Amino acid sequence: MSPHLILRVVSKLLIPMIVVFGFYVQFHGDFGPGGGFQAGVIIAVAVILYALIFGMDEARRAVPPIVVRYGAALGVLIYASVGVATLFMNGAGEPLNFLDYDALHPDQGHHTGQHYGILLVELGVLTTVASVMLAIFYAFAGRVPDIPDEEW
Amino acid sequence: MLEIILERFNYIPIIILMMTGLYVVIATGNLVKRLVGLSLFQTSVFLLYITMGKVFGGQPPIIVGDYHGEDAGHGAEAAAGHGAEHGAGAADHAAEAAQHAAEIAYSNPLPHVLILTAIVVGVATLAVGLALVVRIREAYGTIEDDALNAADYSLETGSAE
Amino acid sequence: MDMLASLLPAGIAVHAPALIVVIPLIMAAVAALMPRGIFAWGVTLATAIAVAVLSLNILGQVSTGGVISYAMGGWLPPVGIELRVDMLNVPLLLLVGIVGLLCVIYALPSVADEIAKKQQSLFYSAFLVCFAGLLGVTITGDAFNVFVFLEISSISTYTIIAMGAGKDRRALTASYNYLVLGTIGATFFVIGVGFLYMATGTLNIADMAAVLEQNGHDRVTQAAFAFIVVGLGLKAAMFPLHVWLPNAYAFAPNFVTAFLASTATKVAFYALIRFVFSVFHPEVNFVAMSFTWLFAVVGVIAMMVASVQAVFQTDARRLLAYSSVAQVGYMMLGLGMGTAAGLSASMLHLMNHALMKGALFMALGAFALNFGVRRVKDLAGLGQTMPASSAAFTVASLSLVGVPLTVGFTSKWYLVTAALERGWWWAVAALMISSLLALAYVARLLSAIWMETPPAGKAGLAPARRLAPWMVLAPMSLLAFANIYFFFHADPLVGLARAAANAVMGGN
Repeated sequence: MSPHLILRVVSKLLIPMIVVFGFYVQFHGDFGPGGGFQAGVIIAVAVILYALIFGMDEARRAVPPIVVRYGAALGVLIYASVGVATLFMNGAGEPLNFLDYDALHPDQGHHTGQHYGILLVELGVLTTVASVMLAIFYAFAGRVPDIPDEEW
Repeated sequence: MLEIILERFNYIPIIILMMTGLYVVIATGNLVKRLVGLSLFQTSVFLLYITMGKVFGGQPPIIVGDYHGEDAGHGAEAAAGHGAEHGAGAADHAAEAAQHAAEIAYSNPLPHVLILTAIVVGVATLAVGLALVVRIREAYGTIEDDALNAADYSLETGSAE
Repeated sequence: MDMLASLLPAGIAVHAPALIVVIPLIMAAVAALMPRGIFAWGVTLATAIAVAVLSLNILGQVSTGGVISYAMGGWLPPVGIELRVDMLNVPLLLLVGIVGLLCVIYALPSVADEIAKKQQSLFYSAFLVCFAGLLGVTITGDAFNVFVFLEISSISTYTIIAMGAGKDRRALTASYNYLVLGTIGATFFVIGVGFLYMATGTLNIADMAAVLEQNGHDRVTQAAFAFIVVGLGLKAAMFPLHVWLPNAYAFAPNFVTAFLASTATKVAFYALIRFVFSVFHPEVNFVAMSFTWLFAVVGVIAMMVASVQAVFQTDARRLLAYSSVAQVGYMMLGLGMGTAAGLSASMLHLMNHALMKGALFMALGAFALNFGVRRVKDLAGLGQTMPASSAAFTVASLSLVGVPLTVGFTSKWYLVTAALERGWWWAVAALMISSLLALAYVARLLSAIWMETPPAGKAGLAPARRLAPWMVLAPMSLLAFANIYFFFHADPLVGLARAAANAVMGGN
């Protein structure tokens, strides 16, 4: 069996929990500290930990670089499309401005639109941040196949 | 004199960090170390903004209780944002801020938000910078400024022949 | 103007200030998704057309309806982020929009030649981010937002400059040096904005100006002024802070150089005008002093030193890059006069310089596309082999010198009049000497192109005539033609420049 058995077992246990914690930070960001930036980094960390323990090739198979690239673009699109949607969903009658979340839900008294808007936007942020962190990691870690001893 | 300095004690570490960072950027010939200096320089500015937002005796700017209040505008967040934003500013805005935020004094959250953005910008710059250093090392085989200049110089004089 | 204002349906026209920034940002993400470079170019072209139309529409709206203020997310200024268009930034929006469109048309053959196939769609994506950033700096009315957009455009600029590494590895070091200096500049700027925030308690530019006018200036705002001038000066390549520019322009892909030379430094210079004139009032003591003793003096030094440096360059693009630094000197001189006439001359030169440098760098790109030439002496005989591109190059370079019948003459004329109005004879003398120096370096280029015989090819024959692709030729000729056209019909540009100066000088 390959070395680092304990590391492998422990990280296999930890990675799902890290991802769940990431989503907790994401969705709790509405009520307390948290949000897309932090959650995105946490989820990217789960993949990076996987890559550190199991190697770059395995990580690339789990999350291919092309997914990362599309994810980065997709997140920006989610964010921006929320903004564009607010331009066209002027529910209250008067024209609303870009990223005015109140357009998203007619219930103005409780600012439900604001809640929806921030959740959607944070989802976009999560996607982009996680993808970009991974893209940076892949770009650097995948550059030199193995570092020769004298470089250390 | 001492009083003036002690009143502004938060600026002292900021200035030290800033100058250290700038000095590293200028003095070192190593491209990675130069980026380290650059990050240090940027971090000092983050600190400058963060300390700016501190209000003595201020609470964390989270409104507890009835935040669906009827104080119009964009709800309580807007009022808090407005009040706190002006709070750390000129003295004549402070009274207005106090009115808005009722009895409780809040710390100013706006600089924190700004710095969150600036940190992201800093991370992006650092990533692009390091990526460039990786590419430079692949192209030149070195990341020392002197060696790079020498390589470029020989290229220029070589191609001028 | 009414026609321009009704160019778009009212439902879209209301949101034009937001859309002009948001469309390039969205399209940057779409371009990154494209599997092949040509599709990404199509996305970029569509975006550039949309931006050009929006900028024309905004021009119409502002000239008929006055200042536009757009509250992002419905959060009203001064608390929310405001997009604000007045007569000062409309010319910049038009410049970035229309020159950007011409550059994008030019991009397809040029990028196909210089960038690896796999990277092309990402290249266009990065370009669009840069485009969005420049438009954002121009249109935003929020001081911190200026920093954010400035960095959005700068960071993507570093990457697209570094993509010139396929042709010459020095693009990497040029980009790295630009990154270090550009980040220092942006950080200085953000320190300045921080001080302003401490002094005024607001980030909205118009609100800052109002608070400063009420409270007066103290040591904090003076420090803010110094930091902001140094920071934006770095981005605008003001003379002693220009060291990043020559190499960045010399080794970036041709398309990037043409685009950056005609927009990026201009936008940073606009931001400088915005802060110096709108936030700090030009009649405030230390600002007025900085005009005479900083901007005017350093501008004159830039005109001299950078022109002399340009004369001795071997690389054609670096030569033009030093000339750009000298031209920024002209703009600084105009700004330093501190009068409405000086500022409008400065704005006029800013626009005209974009027309000249756009055409010049495009022509050099066309030469590079066909023959791979970079150095001045490699240009030998191109007048015979590539007559059309050479003609466009010649017109634009004569305009650079300020020969009559070209826009270069118009803007220098206005600069001289403004200087005489102020009684600055030395500035007029400096303008003359600098123009002579410009003649010296332009003569080097033109004599190589027209006077020398083309070098013999392999079989001992001169290379055959070659036409650049029409996508290169058309935008280049259009810009060169604009250099002549706007001499005879100077009113539109002069009117824009005057209105810009009045917007900051006369309005308040």
